[in-house]
Amino acid sequence: MGIRTLVAMLVIALVVIGALATQESYRVFMPGLLQGAVLTIEIAVLGSLLAIVMGVLAALARMYGPAPLRWLATVYVEIFRGTSALVQLFWLFFVLPQFGVTINAFVVAVLALGLNVGAYGSEVVRGAILSVARGQWEACTALNMSRPQMLRRIILPQAFVAMIPPWGNLFIELLKSTALVSLITLSDLAFKAQQMNQNTFKTIPIFTLVLLMYLAMSLVLTIGMRLLERRASIGLARGKAA
Amino acid sequence: MTEQPMVRFDNVSKRYGTLTVLDGLNLEIARGEKVSIIGPSGSGKTTVLRMLMTLETINDGVIWVEGEPLTHMERNGKLVPADLAHIRKIRAKIGMVFQSFNLFPHMTAMQNCIEAPITVLGMKRADAEARAAELLDMVGLSDKKDHYPSQLSGGQQQRVAIARACAMRPKIMLFDEVTSALDPELVGEVLEVIRKLGREHDLTMLMVTHQMGFAKEFSDRVCFFHAGKICEQGPPGELFGTPKNERTRQFLHAVLEAG
Repeated sequence: MGIRTLVAMLVIALVVIGALATQESYRVFMPGLLQGAVLTIEIAVLGSLLAIVMGVLAALARMYGPAPLRWLATVYVEIFRGTSALVQLFWLFFVLPQFGVTINAFVVAVLALGLNVGAYGSEVVRGAILSVARGQWEACTALNMSRPQMLRRIILPQAFVAMIPPWGNLFIELLKSTALVSLITLSDLAFKAQQMNQNTFKTIPIFTLVLLMYLAMSLVLTIGMRLLERRASIGLARGKAA
Repeated sequence: MTEQPMVRFDNVSKRYGTLTVLDGLNLEIARGEKVSIIGPSGSGKTTVLRMLMTLETINDGVIWVEGEPLTHMERNGKLVPADLAHIRKIRAKIGMVFQSFNLFPHMTAMQNCIEAPITVLGMKRADAEARAAELLDMVGLSDKKDHYPSQLSGGQQQRVAIARACAMRPKIMLFDEVTSALDPELVGEVLEVIRKLGREHDLTMLMVTHQMGFAKEFSDRVCFFHAGKICEQGPPGELFGTPKNERTRQFLHAVLEAG
């Protein structure tokens, strides 16, 4: 699917939101929902950044780190991939305080979602590194590069292109998982929607707007990732012998 | 005392599990000598180059470069397996060109040629670019310096790969079937660059090739490999003209028949 189609969908989603908002029955919910959407975006963006950092670090540690680091990274990946994000949120927010560690709800949301998606991301990074042709490593060796030089200058830039689509998936997954944070007292988009629904029972306008807002956010994300992919693959003809 | 050989394989063996690829190889290459390695596939000829480039470890023996061990280092008067720092020090003298080019696809021809000189040798960008420009000119690709590998033909890519290897100023150049992946009409331009390199630079060259005509005309010595051993070696005139070994005769006959 081309970027143009995606942009068209985004424009339609925004136009529909705008058109609905001209009606009084929809407009009343807009300020509250937008407020929630801002929090959702904040958590999604910070969580994604944390996920990237954790994904890259965990993958490199597992592939090239000394034994203790490798072990630590494996434990991290398996724990955060093997348990649900909801349980992780609850653990950090409700269980840790019992041990005297209290973390702000917003920080917990970013931590839990970032660490959770980062664990999946580490496998994306690992797979992408492994997908770089062996000849590239050999050329680096023949040019007498050190391991860090090879990774930084030659391998990771090529692996980066292969990582973009799966990371796009994970970011969207993370965006949608932010709805979980309503369960730890945060007023995100999903929380605002439920709250307003309970107060007014105007189910149709509220959840129509919410649906369109989530869709618009994920389309922005997808378009961004497509543009990034296009930029990053300059010169790279993947699938062809290089 | 005679001059130190540039490269010396001293009883080197390579095994993969129970398969012996190279069996007690002894081979000396003199400074500036051009040596071609020919032989049937599976005879271990590419492994010789890959071991020298340290792309493969060895199971037995020692490889020496200019009188210094490459695969080993001296510690308390004994040879122990080399660490990475030692390998990198000795490996700096060796460059390699691959059958599949292995250019960095995210970098232009120029960037391919300045990457390692800057990151590994610590050269200034301007100096590295000047040197790369000379080398790209030598391989006849000055006008393609800003092209990415995917925008170049196979022959052009391989010529960039040769320039890239030369940019590290190696003393020894390894060519591993560098024309095997090329369309026939592109083979000539790559061989011409190698000829030029041989004429203009004081390089020791070791090449694995299927181009018998080129091996004959270009090399000082040709080694015929069979089943992990050097079966016969000598000046190209002798080896191609009056091969002594039956296997050499059979191989040359089969190759010339096909070619």
